[in-house]
Amino acid sequence: MKKIIYLALCMVALSCKKDNYDSPSVTLQGRITYQGEAINVSSKDVTFELWEPGWGKNGAITVNINEDGSYSALLFNGNYKLIIPPSQGPFRSVLNNETNSDTVRLQLNGNRTMDIEVMPYYMVRTPQFLLTGTTVGATCKLEKIITDANAKDIENVFLYLNQTAFVDGTNYIARTSIAGSDIADPDHISLNVEVPASTSANGSTGDQRYIYARIGVKISGVEDLLFSTVQKIDL
Amino acid sequence: MWVLNFRFDFLITEIMRKHILIISSFLIFILACNKDADFLNTAPKDILTDDAVWKSEDLTLSVLADLYNRYPEQQTITNWAEYTNFDEAFPSEAGNYWRTKQVDYPYDWWNLWDYGYFRDLNLFVQKCQAADQLSADVRNRFVSEARFLRAALYFEEVKRMGGVPLILEPMEYNFSGDPTYLQHARAKESDIYDFVIAEMDTIKAILPDDASIKARATKGLALAMQARAALYAASIAKYGTSTPTVTLAGGEVGISADKSTAYYTKALAAAQEIISGGKYSLYKKKTEDLQDNFASLFYDKSNNPEVIFAQDFKLKSGKVEDWTLNNQPWSSAEEQQGGRVNPSLNLAQLYEKLDNTYSPFVTNTGSDYVYYDNPLDIFAGRDARLGGTIILPGTKFKGVPLDIWAGVMYWKGGQYNIITGDNFGDQDSIPVAGSPKSSQVVGADGPVDGLQFSAQTGFYVRKFMDQTVGSGQIGTRSEVWWVRYRYAEVLLNAAEAAFELGQSDVAATYINQVRERAGFTIPLTTITFDRIVHERRVELAFEGHELFDNKRWRLAHKVWNGETISAADLVTNIGKADKVNTMIYGLWPYKIYNPGNVNDGKWVYKIVKPSNVTAAHRFKLGNYYSQIGSDILSNNPKLIKNPNQ
Repeated sequence: MKKIIYLALCMVALSCKKDNYDSPSVTLQGRITYQGEAINVSSKDVTFELWEPGWGKNGAITVNINEDGSYSALLFNGNYKLIIPPSQGPFRSVLNNETNSDTVRLQLNGNRTMDIEVMPYYMVRTPQFLLTGTTVGATCKLEKIITDANAKDIENVFLYLNQTAFVDGTNYIARTSIAGSDIADPDHISLNVEVPASTSANGSTGDQRYIYARIGVKISGVEDLLFSTVQKIDL
Repeated sequence: MWVLNFRFDFLITEIMRKHILIISSFLIFILACNKDADFLNTAPKDILTDDAVWKSEDLTLSVLADLYNRYPEQQTITNWAEYTNFDEAFPSEAGNYWRTKQVDYPYDWWNLWDYGYFRDLNLFVQKCQAADQLSADVRNRFVSEARFLRAALYFEEVKRMGGVPLILEPMEYNFSGDPTYLQHARAKESDIYDFVIAEMDTIKAILPDDASIKARATKGLALAMQARAALYAASIAKYGTSTPTVTLAGGEVGISADKSTAYYTKALAAAQEIISGGKYSLYKKKTEDLQDNFASLFYDKSNNPEVIFAQDFKLKSGKVEDWTLNNQPWSSAEEQQGGRVNPSLNLAQLYEKLDNTYSPFVTNTGSDYVYYDNPLDIFAGRDARLGGTIILPGTKFKGVPLDIWAGVMYWKGGQYNIITGDNFGDQDSIPVAGSPKSSQVVGADGPVDGLQFSAQTGFYVRKFMDQTVGSGQIGTRSEVWWVRYRYAEVLLNAAEAAFELGQSDVAATYINQVRERAGFTIPLTTITFDRIVHERRVELAFEGHELFDNKRWRLAHKVWNGETISAADLVTNIGKADKVNTMIYGLWPYKIYNPGNVNDGKWVYKIVKPSNVTAAHRFKLGNYYSQIGSDILSNNPKLIKNPNQ
């Protein structure tokens, strides 16, 4: 019996030694920004890619952008290339002077914080939310950033409500919208939506005394919506 | 006897122990001295060699059978869960509820890159063409069949991936260390469709023109596939203009709009060649009961005039299917399982009333329920394909009445209250004075929300279900075939092509033939795009068309757009092609308990969303053409990625 225990101990001790790689431990974090201001997007939807050349097989590391425009990734030290695929996000990549393309060279040697500057089609400026009775009203100003040949029109502006801080096109309990063609003045956009009688997804349980609101902008021909910051509203 | 054996063994062991070295060397000597040539040249017993195969018609057919067996498919009766990813059905099995909780379809879903199969097909074509020991007729038929399968695989590839490298010869590696000459770029999407269409033109003259052949390629099948492929190409050319970002500059994805007319013309011509050939017709053997007629079209394998191509199964042969085992109603189940595919109310309410109008099932008048004497009454006066596709409450399966009802509504305190159970056919006491101590409060088939195998939408599936006793047993299963091409689809393909070419009256004649078989007596006079889409959805439900139809019409990102739908949204705009259809709803019957009242014992209905339907499906632009795996991309740098991913 003792022999078996010793044997088992030896096996445990030997097998757990140096047979594993270190886990990635270098943090790359930052935000997707326009002139230093974070661009808000929907959760889990917008991604960019990191490529590390020099290995046998190619494969991108996909990094998700959070709803507030921030991101973080655990990586190994090394030389990476960063690209934002053209279909991602309500923005266009800016030309990188070093590579003369949308590719950004990225050297990781320890933790690094880096904001990625992009050109959004629009920016949601001065979003304001106000509860009157059981109606949430929102106002904002839409500033057109890209005005050259790549400019795009607004298809719809949405006001979403949800019971969690994740508020976007697939996570909402109430919403209203105005079509882009009905917007008379992009400097004065105003939307109203009724707060549902029950703010719970599970019938009568879990009702809460607050709700989250957010403005979303659908740009025609662009899949990902542009958002304002999330606002918590006490009911 | 065994004692003797034992002793003998013992003896041998004794000898071995003492003379192990001598014996071993002796054995080595014997084995080594065996004739080398014989020893190394043993004929393999588990594989067929080239020398053997191409001399024999039977063996060549065996190789071909294996190629047929690998026919690519997305939704079929042998992978039931694939039907529950969209809006046709709910997955009533605990392990598959995630399908209705998932918002986005991963970009790598439906991808297909089967160049191993292509190689085998190319090898077969090459070697069979050279097989001069087979008679010319046989050889030509075999080669044409392999060419059919190769075209079918290219068709499937282009449906899922867009243009793929068009390889028509088996490639050999020369071990030079440089494989670049084996790397080929993607062909244009239209090139693949053109290839499929041209191949069918070539082989249709060689393949037998015999409608009784269902499991192998025929002239009718070649034309049917040609019509379908041309229609796909045409609609991608036409409707692709609405999604300009779903294209690639080199044409690997996307077909230019000016080609659509030529493709529609080809599709119509191919479909009309089958129609005027007169070898196939709509199945009308049981005209006395049109619902039954529609259901038996899928399981009647004797002289079925409608089926053009099917994957056949046979009992006790090892090649059986388990659609009936997976989906049998609990009330007549032959195992402790079944009921998995629950057709949605979204689908059921698409079946029109017999006056050609769309209407939701009437559950309420004003604030009160509508009371039905029989559970089946709410479904009366509709398209016969409703009852032929879906097992409805109040009908029978295998002679056993269905018992689908969600609970008892009893009158107490001036309102209806609901009592129900949490298992099949649960008993309970209705809390009303004078009611029996214990009575059944939920149907033996459910629906019980969250209980797997119960009819959680209030419906079970009927299409392809086998009425034979034993078809629901694990030890027996079913030999009902999987219909891949049938005449009604040819008619609908012809109707769509004619409609798109501006021949609306021609389209109406074809579509009305299909509708007449479903019990409609008033022919349609005006055909719209919505009608074309609608007719395919109701006629071809559970036949694997929905995803690819919605893709080619570029409707997928509109109908599955990730927006939540309410019960009120569900019952409006029925029959609109781009109606948002992201969440599955059900229709639950309740039994009224109100002794003394005129409504006692009657049935009312409620529209419900199963609690496992939490997400609204979203089909993104990047889903139109599936992702090519990164291993494939890095093996061949000439390949380019699909758009929007």
